[in-house]
Amino acid sequence: MAEEPTKAGSAGGGDREGDDEQVVNPWEVTAKDGGKIDYDKLIEKFGCQRLDESLVRRVERLTGRPAHVFLRRGVFFAHRDFNEILDVYERGEKFFLYTGRGPSSEALHMGHLVPFMFTKYLQDAFKVPLVIQLTDDEKCMWKNLTVEESKRLARENAKDIIACGFDITRTFIFSDFSYVGGAFYENMVKVAKCVTFNKVVGIFGFTNEDHIGKISFPPVQAVPSFPSSFPHLFSGKDDLRCLIPCAIDQDPYFRMTRDVAPRIGYQKPALIESSFFPALQGETGKMSASDPNSAIYVTDSSKDIKNKVNRYAFSGGQDSIENHRKYGANLEVDIPVKYLGFFLEDDAELDHIKKEYGAGRMLTGEVKKRLVEVLSELVERHRKARALVTDEVVDAFMAVRPLPQMFG
Amino acid sequence: MGYTKDQLLARLKELQIDFFCYDHPAVLTVEAQAKYVGHLGGALSKNLLLKDKKHRYYVVSALANTNIDLKVLSQRLGLGKGGLRMAAEEALQEILQVPLGCVTPLALINDSARDVSLLLDQGFKSQQSCYFHPLTNEVTLSISASSLDKFLISIGRQPSYVDLEANPAVGKDNPPDLASLAPSGVPALPDKVENAVTSIPTGNDGLTVKKPTKLAGEAKSLAALQKEKLQKVQSSIDPLAEATNIEKLVKEIMDKTSTAFLNEITKDLNDPQIAPSVSDVVKRRVSSDLEHMMMSLKNAAYTQGFQAGFQATLRSSLQSLSMQK
Repeated sequence: MAEEPTKAGSAGGGDREGDDEQVVNPWEVTAKDGGKIDYDKLIEKFGCQRLDESLVRRVERLTGRPAHVFLRRGVFFAHRDFNEILDVYERGEKFFLYTGRGPSSEALHMGHLVPFMFTKYLQDAFKVPLVIQLTDDEKCMWKNLTVEESKRLARENAKDIIACGFDITRTFIFSDFSYVGGAFYENMVKVAKCVTFNKVVGIFGFTNEDHIGKISFPPVQAVPSFPSSFPHLFSGKDDLRCLIPCAIDQDPYFRMTRDVAPRIGYQKPALIESSFFPALQGETGKMSASDPNSAIYVTDSSKDIKNKVNRYAFSGGQDSIENHRKYGANLEVDIPVKYLGFFLEDDAELDHIKKEYGAGRMLTGEVKKRLVEVLSELVERHRKARALVTDEVVDAFMAVRPLPQMFG
Repeated sequence: MGYTKDQLLARLKELQIDFFCYDHPAVLTVEAQAKYVGHLGGALSKNLLLKDKKHRYYVVSALANTNIDLKVLSQRLGLGKGGLRMAAEEALQEILQVPLGCVTPLALINDSARDVSLLLDQGFKSQQSCYFHPLTNEVTLSISASSLDKFLISIGRQPSYVDLEANPAVGKDNPPDLASLAPSGVPALPDKVENAVTSIPTGNDGLTVKKPTKLAGEAKSLAALQKEKLQKVQSSIDPLAEATNIEKLVKEIMDKTSTAFLNEITKDLNDPQIAPSVSDVVKRRVSSDLEHMMMSLKNAAYTQGFQAGFQATLRSSLQSLSMQK
């Protein structure tokens, strides 16, 4: 499959091809004509591969446990070289995980937790180490925050991330402002030397008016894929492969990284990519930090959750009970069912709900009620775990220390 | 004390079992054996003596080209992922009473092997004749699978044939399929093997951890010898890693709790079948939460230790600095 996107990026637009096409890049996700994102087109355009059933079965066989909900339901649906990582693992060799977050706001919602929940599963199932990058420098630049504020947000977000259940004996969290330097910076320069100005403009859509901070940022997100960026962890293991779980809008960074890696003598990172988490108001709605009703936040109380789901979750049910019993619900656009697809673990129960709701025998109210239960449980568990993450715990996760048990 | 080759062959004759014997120089590997008898049309076998963490032993006897993955086998037997490894050289002598390179199902004729579990490759059943060592490396015994069965039954054993290459998923809904083949009791170790175990004190709290250092060393040489007969073996275990293995801990807690509950409840229930499925549901719901709580505990404890370590280092550095002045 072609590594590069099938259409060369046009100047001044990056992956934007005009207003009647969908736009997907790290800073913008818009569907065509206000509709839904076409993932098949995206896979074709980006040149990555679909994660099919056989890969999911293989993961189950190799890890000796059922696959994570997100794999079973196709939330993580695309990949690059994931099969190679599985080959490596099957041979008894190791790999490491790399994921990250741009700490742009204090409030995290359920959609933000998705990649971290999945990464935790990968860490537990494969028993491999993980590095988590907090791009406080990126947010300082793009969101025009002060350095202090972005560093503070990074630490606050770290607490929510840690609360997802990462293992401190296998996890290193770092923020760019604290960690960039040394071997990490050496790799950044190596990568930067291989990417022309024209190339970044093509990939990310930078313009002559963008400041040079933005233009020189991409290598920062690229180099955590290389084990030599972390000499305190992986010294002597220059061939260690990297797997990056992320949302598919981050693909451009790692396309660039995969292009550069062989030229500087490094292994290409593998990727496993997720689709986008829909806003409460529906796929076409925008999840925005300014609209608290567009998402369920990890700080919401059970009352908030119940209220938001009942009032704002876009329903695919019919407008009247009679019509609903007659025609059934439109599962394509129904948000409660979609959210249950993410968070309801029991496959049998989800299938039952889809069947009954789609046939009109189950009402929207029932589905929403079940969703409220599932979400409340999740949020409550997160809240409890978050309360146990003190500043000292964050310091320990972020300390530049060896991890002797990281492969144990 | 153990049976000799002649005694074994005499027993086979008594049982009216047909067999052939081929003499050759002593061989320690399948490759070497193949040089002498490989052309005769029978199926060569590779034989392993394995041990689990509870000091129970297993003889796995397979066709020479069957792939055996100890990790998979360990899970299928219900021993977890790293539960099986090659037994030490001493065990060969003490339990099977055969020399090095001579593991064979026929060694189960010895009383010392009464608690050893036997796994036979189902591939043997389709072979006309199978080759095993009759308690000595200098002879190859050719015998059919059904004759082997007859012999095993005569010494009070049920032959169990297994698809050794199968790799079924083992998880919450799929119990280990070979769990019934794991020996039920923990056998009494012969004295010599126990004396080889040495104690090593760990840490400052006076806790001792018994590490069979001598056996571990010997196990390596045995494994190296049988390397051509088998793939890689699991490395040794760090007790602290075991203690902080959250999944394992949660599983143990849930198993103990549900067993205790089940015992109490089934006393009163009309239908004892309900209880196990109820306990499965309960386990599933509680395990996930329990795992999260344990991870918080682990991270918090590590943090406290990390801080203490940092402070200790700081103090000692400051002290040595001030003493330099």
